[in-house]
Amino acid sequence: MHPSHVIAELLKLLAASLLLISFAMLSRRRTQRLITLFAWQGSVLFISTLLVAYSAGLTELYYSAALTLLLKVIALPWILHRLIQRLGAQWDSETLVNIPTTMLVGLGLVIFAFGLAQPISRMATTITRNTIGIALAVIFLAFLMMITRRKAITQVIGFLAMENGLFFAATSATYGMPMVIELGIALDLLVGFFILGIFFFQIREQFDSLDLSNMEALKED
Amino acid sequence: MVILVALGLPLLGALLLALFGARHYAAELNAAMSFATLVAVIFLVLRVLRHGSILALHEQFFVDSFNVFLVALTAFVGFTTSLFSRPYMRIEEQRGRLSPQRLRLYHSMYQLFMAAMFLALLTNNMGLLWVAMEAATLSTVLLVSLYRTRASLEAAWKYFILCGVGIAQALFGTILLYFAAEHILGRQGMTALLWTHLNAVKGQLEPRVLGLAFVFLLVGYGTKVGLAPLHNWLPDAHAEGPTPVSAVLSGLLLNVALYAVIRCKVLVEGSIGSYLPGHMLMGFGLLSAVLGAFFLWRQRDIKRLFGYSSIEHMGIITFAFGIGGPIANFAALLHMTVHSLTKSSIFFTAGHASQTAHTQQMDGIRGLVGISPTIGWGLMLGSLAILGMPPFGVFASEFLILTTAMREHPWTTPFLLIALGVAFAAIFRKVQPMVFGESDAPPLPHSPALVPVFIHLAMVLMLGVYIPFALAEWYRAAARLIGG
Repeated sequence: MHPSHVIAELLKLLAASLLLISFAMLSRRRTQRLITLFAWQGSVLFISTLLVAYSAGLTELYYSAALTLLLKVIALPWILHRLIQRLGAQWDSETLVNIPTTMLVGLGLVIFAFGLAQPISRMATTITRNTIGIALAVIFLAFLMMITRRKAITQVIGFLAMENGLFFAATSATYGMPMVIELGIALDLLVGFFILGIFFFQIREQFDSLDLSNMEALKED
Repeated sequence: MVILVALGLPLLGALLLALFGARHYAAELNAAMSFATLVAVIFLVLRVLRHGSILALHEQFFVDSFNVFLVALTAFVGFTTSLFSRPYMRIEEQRGRLSPQRLRLYHSMYQLFMAAMFLALLTNNMGLLWVAMEAATLSTVLLVSLYRTRASLEAAWKYFILCGVGIAQALFGTILLYFAAEHILGRQGMTALLWTHLNAVKGQLEPRVLGLAFVFLLVGYGTKVGLAPLHNWLPDAHAEGPTPVSAVLSGLLLNVALYAVIRCKVLVEGSIGSYLPGHMLMGFGLLSAVLGAFFLWRQRDIKRLFGYSSIEHMGIITFAFGIGGPIANFAALLHMTVHSLTKSSIFFTAGHASQTAHTQQMDGIRGLVGISPTIGWGLMLGSLAILGMPPFGVFASEFLILTTAMREHPWTTPFLLIALGVAFAAIFRKVQPMVFGESDAPPLPHSPALVPVFIHLAMVLMLGVYIPFALAEWYRAAARLIGG
């Protein structure tokens, strides 16, 4: 088989595992497991970016891959682990309402994402064009996770997973955004993440827990 | 060059205030930095007046008739708000609601927020626009939770998550835009993200991809505009944050977010050659105007009340941009200007009013005219101005929007009239007893800086009867550019 063909097949496999991880995240209850899954998602993203960079011969993408490795595989999961240890929340788990229903909704979202991505895939010239639908699905599933969860940390992991999906979408559709923009996005992500870290402590100080269902003061009556 | 100075000054201010923000002269330093920025922006405006549009620094920055007045407005309101914040924050500190450390955070973030908005307005790069919008959110999140009360933390969390998710949608929209443009403009440099280049080739961009991109961009940036049904964060953030922050959020950030939406709309409409984007704007705008107006009835908190009023007005502006054409666009741009001036002045007086009464609940605020005539009359005049009483500028823009809507889309007229009528009744009924009536509350320990209030209102009054030639020229040129 031609090497580029092998790479294309490998990329499809990686994209599929990305989708699988997203579904796994939807069904996990333990915060710690979610962080591990998030790190796995980052690693898959790193490998696939590396492969795309190699096959397309783009130096810029190597840098993005390195950035992914540093930020999403090493730094953020590590900080998250430290954070939940400091907060004493590593064994926290949350009761999820009806996992089968969530899964079914997720399935529907995946089909919707593929439909939406079709015109884009047809126009794209990248070797990853078939995976744009998956990228969109990852974004939607992360969104679903944010809606169904009530814990502050889980919502943040959902937010970060959504960013992973966006990054994957950019690589599959156009071999990534220009480097400067990529850096700007990474900077925003990092700063936002630190602000959230500060937030966790403030929220716990005021509410004695990170459960957001305590936050109901500002509802419209 | 002058663009870099205008961007650099608030950044320098953020740095200086991060170092010295806890000192007793921090509020003065904040005002001085804002004033320096304003001077730099005035030089920028003079250059645009003399030489027309500017494209600078490898085309990464540009100033045309659409953003020049928004830049000037942002610098001006940023400066007057810093004047207002000086006595206001001092009283808050004296009452023990804030520590010097928190004030340092506040001052530093205030400058950073200004820098982010200038970057969003001045950049030619759609990617940088996104980065700047996100930075504007990030710099204000900790300001909303500055008091560290339960309610303020909840408001800040909501703000962060909702705007974060929204802005993620906008990033996907930007990626799609880049994807479509890359086929025409290539990957070389960053031309495929530069608005001026995109605008030149918008007819060749793949319509289906751009249509999809617009949905994501509208939802994304629309969340920050406060368009219903994505408006949930707005009243909370306005009510729970310190008042100067409410003033700049309402007066400036909403405008900047709407600016981003309209820039995208110009590209998309040029590509798909139909009125679909305009109709989407009209729908969102009308819904926000009506919903915002009806929610006004239920409010008990003075800052929440005017937060909902901002939703209503942003709805009206979005609706007008949706109609498009020279007159509606002109009216929308005028309304952006007068709403920003009026709403920030209302927040100035509302802030001092709730300080006088020691509560933000409107039931507890009574007889402002008796305690301090400037606060009382400032709030009354500001409310009358925002309700569109002639001869204030809001009347002129709302009248233009209404008559254009009657001519082009008659079915929308009843909705608009209902929104305006309901808003009038709701706000007037609530403001009147606060201003008049009896009260024995003592006056404030620091005399409030209310000169900005009357300067703002005087400008709104002037715009109602006479629009300076240069400004009208910008409005007209921008209205042509936006088209539709």
